[in-house]
Amino acid sequence: MINLVPHLLAFQQSSSEQTPEGSLFFPPKASNFAAESDWLYNFIFWVSAIAFALTIIATVYFVVRYRKSVSPEPQPSPSHSTKLEVIWSVIPSIFLVIMFWKGFELFVDYRKVPAGAYQIQASGVKWKWTFRYPTGAESEVLHVPMGEPVEILITSKDVLHSVFIPAFRVKQDAVPGRYTKLWFEATMPGTFPLYCTEYCGKDHSAMTTTTVVHETRGEFEEWLKGALNPYEGLTPVQSGELAYTRRGCNACHSNDGSANTAPTFQGLMGLTREFEDGSSLVADRNYILESIVNPKAKVVQGFQPVMLPNGGQDLSDDERDFLVAYINSLKAN
Amino acid sequence: MTTASADAPGHDDDHGHGHDHPKHLAHHFDTLEQQFDSSKLGMWAFLLTEVLFFSGLFVAYATLRANNPEVFSYASSFLDTKWGAINTVVLLISSFTAAMSVRNAQLGETSKLKRNLIITLICAGGFMGIKYVEYSHKWHAGLLPPGLENSMFNPETPWVPEAGHHDADYLNLQRDTMDMAPAERVHFMTTLGRFFGVYFFLTGLHGVHVLIGMGVISWLILRTSRGEFGPDNFTAVDLVALYWHLVDLVWIFLFPLLYLIA
Amino acid sequence: MTNTTPDVHYLNCEKGFKSWFWTLDHKRLGLMYMWSVIAAFILGGIFALLVRMELMQPNMGIEENAALYGWSKELGPANLYNHFFTLHGAIMVFLVIIPGIPAALGNFALPMMLGAKDVAYPKLNRFSYHLWLSGAIFFVLALVTKGLDTGWTFYAPYSLTTDTAVVFATTGAFILGFSSIFTGLNMLVTIHKLRPEGMTWFKMPLFLWAIYATAIIQILATPVIGIALLMLTIERVLGVGIFDPTLGGDPVLFEHIFWFYSHPAVYVMVLPAMGVVSELLANFSRKPIFGYRSIAFSSVAIAIFSFIVWGHHMFVSGQSDLVNVVFSALTFSVAVPSAIKVFNWIATLYKGSISLDTPMWYALSVIWLFGIGGLTGLWLGTLGTDIHLHDTYFVVAHFHFVMVGSAIFAFIGGVFYWWPKMYGVMYNETIAKTGTAIAFIGFNLTFLPQFIAGSKGMPRRYFDYAEEFASYNYWSSIGAMTLGVGLSIALYALLKSLMGQRKAAPANPWGAVTLDWQCTSPPPPHNFDHAPPVDGPYDHELVRWNNDLQGYEPVDPVDGDPNLARMGSAKLA
Repeated sequence: MINLVPHLLAFQQSSSEQTPEGSLFFPPKASNFAAESDWLYNFIFWVSAIAFALTIIATVYFVVRYRKSVSPEPQPSPSHSTKLEVIWSVIPSIFLVIMFWKGFELFVDYRKVPAGAYQIQASGVKWKWTFRYPTGAESEVLHVPMGEPVEILITSKDVLHSVFIPAFRVKQDAVPGRYTKLWFEATMPGTFPLYCTEYCGKDHSAMTTTTVVHETRGEFEEWLKGALNPYEGLTPVQSGELAYTRRGCNACHSNDGSANTAPTFQGLMGLTREFEDGSSLVADRNYILESIVNPKAKVVQGFQPVMLPNGGQDLSDDERDFLVAYINSLKAN
Repeated sequence: MTTASADAPGHDDDHGHGHDHPKHLAHHFDTLEQQFDSSKLGMWAFLLTEVLFFSGLFVAYATLRANNPEVFSYASSFLDTKWGAINTVVLLISSFTAAMSVRNAQLGETSKLKRNLIITLICAGGFMGIKYVEYSHKWHAGLLPPGLENSMFNPETPWVPEAGHHDADYLNLQRDTMDMAPAERVHFMTTLGRFFGVYFFLTGLHGVHVLIGMGVISWLILRTSRGEFGPDNFTAVDLVALYWHLVDLVWIFLFPLLYLIA
Repeated sequence: MTNTTPDVHYLNCEKGFKSWFWTLDHKRLGLMYMWSVIAAFILGGIFALLVRMELMQPNMGIEENAALYGWSKELGPANLYNHFFTLHGAIMVFLVIIPGIPAALGNFALPMMLGAKDVAYPKLNRFSYHLWLSGAIFFVLALVTKGLDTGWTFYAPYSLTTDTAVVFATTGAFILGFSSIFTGLNMLVTIHKLRPEGMTWFKMPLFLWAIYATAIIQILATPVIGIALLMLTIERVLGVGIFDPTLGGDPVLFEHIFWFYSHPAVYVMVLPAMGVVSELLANFSRKPIFGYRSIAFSSVAIAIFSFIVWGHHMFVSGQSDLVNVVFSALTFSVAVPSAIKVFNWIATLYKGSISLDTPMWYALSVIWLFGIGGLTGLWLGTLGTDIHLHDTYFVVAHFHFVMVGSAIFAFIGGVFYWWPKMYGVMYNETIAKTGTAIAFIGFNLTFLPQFIAGSKGMPRRYFDYAEEFASYNYWSSIGAMTLGVGLSIALYALLKSLMGQRKAAPANPWGAVTLDWQCTSPPPPHNFDHAPPVDGPYDHELVRWNNDLQGYEPVDPVDGDPNLARMGSAKLA
């Protein structure tokens, strides 16, 4: 079934392994914005609750007090009252202005990225996130240091997505063709869910990952060093298997012969392929490499040409070779 | 608005209008004036909806042009101003004859009414004829929205100038994109293509409205031949003429925005 | 009880399919709209229940459901859910709530409320209904071909590339847009030109003010969704380059054009509902509405302000910070007239004589449901909180409280109100009230937990979710089933009233004095011989209870018509 939390690379025991609990209404307060956002939420809640309670009490009271059995005829009463209209327009308006203003102030904080913030790039593609760090390292899990402003530069390679980290109270859409941004400062170590929150098709619900907050900068840097080359120490086939999942090929190409939006990799090498335009050839290394880089060049019969070049990822030449090695290892049953 | 007449015997189903109930008065109206006023009000409200309908496209145009002013300007040079100007004059003439036809109907001048309606129809046909000339030229030249396969702006089949073409547009493009790097040319061509996308959409939607207008005017000509219009019944002519004026007005905006910004 | 059902009325004056399908009678059209909307509501409701069944537990895969029910495996587990929520939204928005009250209740009652024989354009009215049917057919086509999985919002670029029946659906919605425009046109002109002598603007029943304000929006806003969908369809088919980022287009531009209509559209849904509630509260308290002019003006104010706030659906879309601030400020402007209405409604109850018949239960429910729905909009209009709450279940709960809790509950209340006039029968109040109560409880149970799921961070349009959201979803699904049961019972009450031993309704069971109640139940084919004289719409002293009739009769009837009250100093012309 769908994995909600993708398989994480093993990392050392630390406080960042834990997922802190939130409260009844809110996720944990894990960023600089959380306290203010929750305060504002509560402010609006209490103003609304009191206003609502008053209206309901008045309604219930009038309905009971003036029900037909005790009030067979309506009694004379004013048909309108300018004074009342003014009162019940002005008083709510005051609260509304306060709400707007507090919201505006918080919003200014949300949008003003502190100078020198640590920049991480986030790229969404159906249905996976890739985070790119200044060192060139990449991961599918967002790692950040605690206590420092972090700026996420967000884009999409295909359709609209959205980065949402509830514990941080941050959200911003990922728009293809441009960059958007959000920033935060994590105030608590631990792991927190990161969701895609702009509907993007089949596995929108599964386009989730986590944010790992490292308690110290040192811890973070250590992780970063390890992330630089995730294929270190692996054989080409093992690297290919890793690339197959971390690059999102598995979203559409199965490795066990099962049907999906794209042809299965099992038994691909050496298979005679028939294409939409009637031609055919025997699948070899060149064919696979070409199909990764230019998927529309040869479309297999019965499938739609929806794949982006390189699957919307920035594959290195090594990764492509790894994938070929992996595919080669998937013999038909 | 209530009519003050008792039901005459033998007219128990005319709902109290009395036996001088005009032929063209619908049963739910009390007077012809009320009926005519209602028709006019409704028609103006409908024209308002047409304005808002086109507005979305104008917003797309404005956004596109604001973000790429030079490319838009350049793109406009591919449109033949001569044909556009002729079309503008043709539509203006047709608007005049449409207005005249309302007058003819009001005065009961049936033969003049028919003549003016026919001239309006011919002008509309002429407009569509010119549009056909313009569209087919662009079709052959590949000056089409970038999503179409044979469009020279399709980013999946990036245009690279070849030797041996004599089309003026082609040669101009060749000259102007000669020094561009491939990636830059693709971006330039895609943006240029979007102008043509908007051009076809705006003029196409307008063209559909012209065609609808032609259909409705033909129907009016038919009804005129049957002698249906006169001083006490010219509402249909009036309303159709209003529609036609709007169609003309939209073109008055389209022409400079598309043809005259080079 | 004296039976006052006339021998010949609009239902039996002509018989046969053609007399209904080709009718020009606004009452028959209103009835057909009502049943069509109810049918579409049931279809949309089935999709809703499918959605809630999937969400009842986490990891309850649609695979299991698919195997159980033999659904197409080609669509795949996740895809099926995406079709369900899309079709639920699209059917409810385009086929049910937007046409709902104006087309069904407005068509039926508005001309009679004006003492008129019909709307200004009966043929256009019939055409509007046929357009509704055509739009519905396109949605059915979408349903039975490749389905639709874009969300009712059709956002690009996903809607440009998904291999589902997008073009059928956009065509259907486009056609339905015209149905809505023509209905608005008709109502606007009817109110302007067919008011009877004595009915000045400020003597109109408030339902008419509501329909008028709605018509303004229908005329000005609906064309924009038309062009938005046309642009989307052409982009998908021809690749113009406006929305498609691979051609240099801007997906956010689609969002702007889409929401420019879709925000005012929600007031097309809610304003008529408020009009119905105003009528119900006034008549079941036997008092004029408090603050008539306030309510009238606030209806128009809401219509106007609705056009300048659409950006509040796009606070995290990437639009500029300045634009966000402006839209947030403007959004609060629309909150004030809405609140004013609620306060005026409550003041209407003061010193009244309140009958708790079924329609009144609905009106009172709306006070509760719109209260919550409207207030929760404040969290979303406030920038600082919307960042967290946008695209979560908080939004889902908010809009269901206003669109279902207010618009649909008011629609149903209006149906129960006008039912005796429509069919000349009374329904069993006990069954009707039972259904109402169960629906009310079910509705709250469905959507209140969703606010919390949202603030805890559950995103929208998810078919599966983290364990922490489980109990909220479980109870929400129980609520949905309860709501379904309640509404079914309410519908049963209505259907039962037409079957077997019917209980005839008097001309005026509720004691209203608006002109729609001053003709027989059911009305004659042409409503009135002459436009009746008119004074105020809420002078309840003009009628009194008659035990024999089991209804109200005019204190001073106009000669020759026992149902027509002589009003004020206005004389029969």
